[in-house]
Amino acid sequence: MEKELRLMKGNEAVAEAAIRAGADGYFGYPITPQSEILEYLMEANPQATTGMVVLQAESEVAAINMVYGGASCGKKVMTSSSSPGISLKQEGITYIAGAELPCLIVNVVRGGPGLGTIQPAQSDYFQATKGGGHGDYHLLVLAPASVQEMADFVELGFDLAFKYRNPVMILSDGAIGQMMEKVWLKPQKKRSEEILPWATTGKPATRERNIITSLDLDPGRQEHFNLKLIAKYREMEEKEVRFEEFMTDDAEYIFVAYGTSARLCQKALQLARAEGIKAGLLRPITLFPFPKKRLNELAASVKGMLAVEMSAGQMVEDVMLSVCGKTRVSHYGRMGGMIPTPEEVLENLKSFIKG
Amino acid sequence: MAEITFNDIIKPENLAYKKSRLMTDNILSYCPGCGHGTAHQVLAEVLEEENLQERTIGITPVGCSVLMYNYIDVDFQEAAHGRAPALATAVKRLMPDKFVFTYQGDGDLAAIGTAETIHTCNRGENILMLFINNGIYGMTGGQMAPTTLPGMKSSTSPYGRDVSMMGSPIKMADIVAMLPGTCYVTRQSVNTAGGVRKLKRALKKAVQYQNEKRGTCFIEVVSNCPSGWKMTPVESNKWMEEHMFPFYPLGDIKVPAE
Repeated sequence: MEKELRLMKGNEAVAEAAIRAGADGYFGYPITPQSEILEYLMEANPQATTGMVVLQAESEVAAINMVYGGASCGKKVMTSSSSPGISLKQEGITYIAGAELPCLIVNVVRGGPGLGTIQPAQSDYFQATKGGGHGDYHLLVLAPASVQEMADFVELGFDLAFKYRNPVMILSDGAIGQMMEKVWLKPQKKRSEEILPWATTGKPATRERNIITSLDLDPGRQEHFNLKLIAKYREMEEKEVRFEEFMTDDAEYIFVAYGTSARLCQKALQLARAEGIKAGLLRPITLFPFPKKRLNELAASVKGMLAVEMSAGQMVEDVMLSVCGKTRVSHYGRMGGMIPTPEEVLENLKSFIKG
Repeated sequence: MAEITFNDIIKPENLAYKKSRLMTDNILSYCPGCGHGTAHQVLAEVLEEENLQERTIGITPVGCSVLMYNYIDVDFQEAAHGRAPALATAVKRLMPDKFVFTYQGDGDLAAIGTAETIHTCNRGENILMLFINNGIYGMTGGQMAPTTLPGMKSSTSPYGRDVSMMGSPIKMADIVAMLPGTCYVTRQSVNTAGGVRKLKRALKKAVQYQNEKRGTCFIEVVSNCPSGWKMTPVESNKWMEEHMFPFYPLGDIKVPAE
């Protein structure tokens, strides 16, 4: 299979990209607005071509624990869900983080809390970036803003997951998952046959048995392990921060927005510039690690930052922590599945400027 | 006097029984008289005799046997409470030539993990599920389990299990035997030499059926919990024979067509 241009939904792009990235297994459970991922994979039937296992589990809980089992074998495994289903997966996610295993989790976010709505939202930011389950841990979180990035971040996500032996989350939303765009798909990669030294693949005489666990009853050793995890997260903060800037060179006011909100802000930025307002945009691509340093630098030269999110204000807290009071920070957001218009965003920028 | 060595006492020609090579020298965390240690030894013997060490992946539960990976020398994954069959499902599907087993207690397999148990058996995953049923939550200190007998006292049923309030004990082996995905369902024990030999034969059958990809093998071991039952080991075995075995009768429940 060569590189190929297709018109696809974001969800379909994730599924096709997973096959092409040489994934070993996908374990899922239906939930709107991401069911196309499981449907696409079932129809594509990659078991017959690449040998990739696709299984519909009996629950999100079972699905993430299948991922845990597969990841423990050093396999390239993934799952996907939407907000209420991701809450159910948190048990497995914290075990996977605690056992230092690589895997990919896709969250096509819908509004909440509770059953909420099936419309797009960005209200799972805290859950995705601050841990989500119990215990001190972080996922590495990628935030796509296009169908192309939905596809690209699958392979990137797997690469980062194996590099750090840490779960990676693609934090998308119902809009990116459902909309269709053109997408360049990479050629088919072969599935890896490498046996990883830490993986549970059966104990040969040449090594000690491998044990995958997150349990240590000795508090001293457990704290030592916690410190090791923190060092890993610090290394991610040094090496893996990704973001994109638009017209920040001369900007007096900066939008900070990711995913669907970042696309809206690009339009709002043009409208603002047309009215003579020197607006810019910083789009975090990694939400953890967050582009703290760059925001702190920009804070010295701008008059304010407006975090635009489809939530009650979650990422804005990280923006505030990043700028350490050097500049004014405010938030504008819609909730419950409502998507702000660029005009609405511009109006809010104007009232923010007035103070 | 010369130092007496191990070999002076145990003459190889007199050796009638020894621990499996696959049992490590780590000190077991189980209480005296508990059936877990014997079940581990039987399992280790079968893995050794069937030459399975190099292709076995075991999944341990949350419960008394949470540290099982310290005792048997094969690759292990430690699951969350009740989720072992989900891990095993993925392991077996991703690596179909491996020997995969779960080892779970009654709280793990028949309460919090009921959905995983039923659906793994229903899909007929080619794994062995080894179920130790001692009718109580041992590790957390003797609380009522889904398999606690009617009237039986525990720290959360201090006046005895009242089935009108707490439901009746679940016979999990009988339930999974009804599912087309299971190929072999049997109930065994480890409190007598005869019981141990029967369990060993059952485990060997499970290995054969897994090699033949015939579906899920489910072996229940009805066992004791001297600490949780507040009895001596001898009393607990007697109580088990008098009360547990009538409710959970030993023997094959489902065998594959030859």
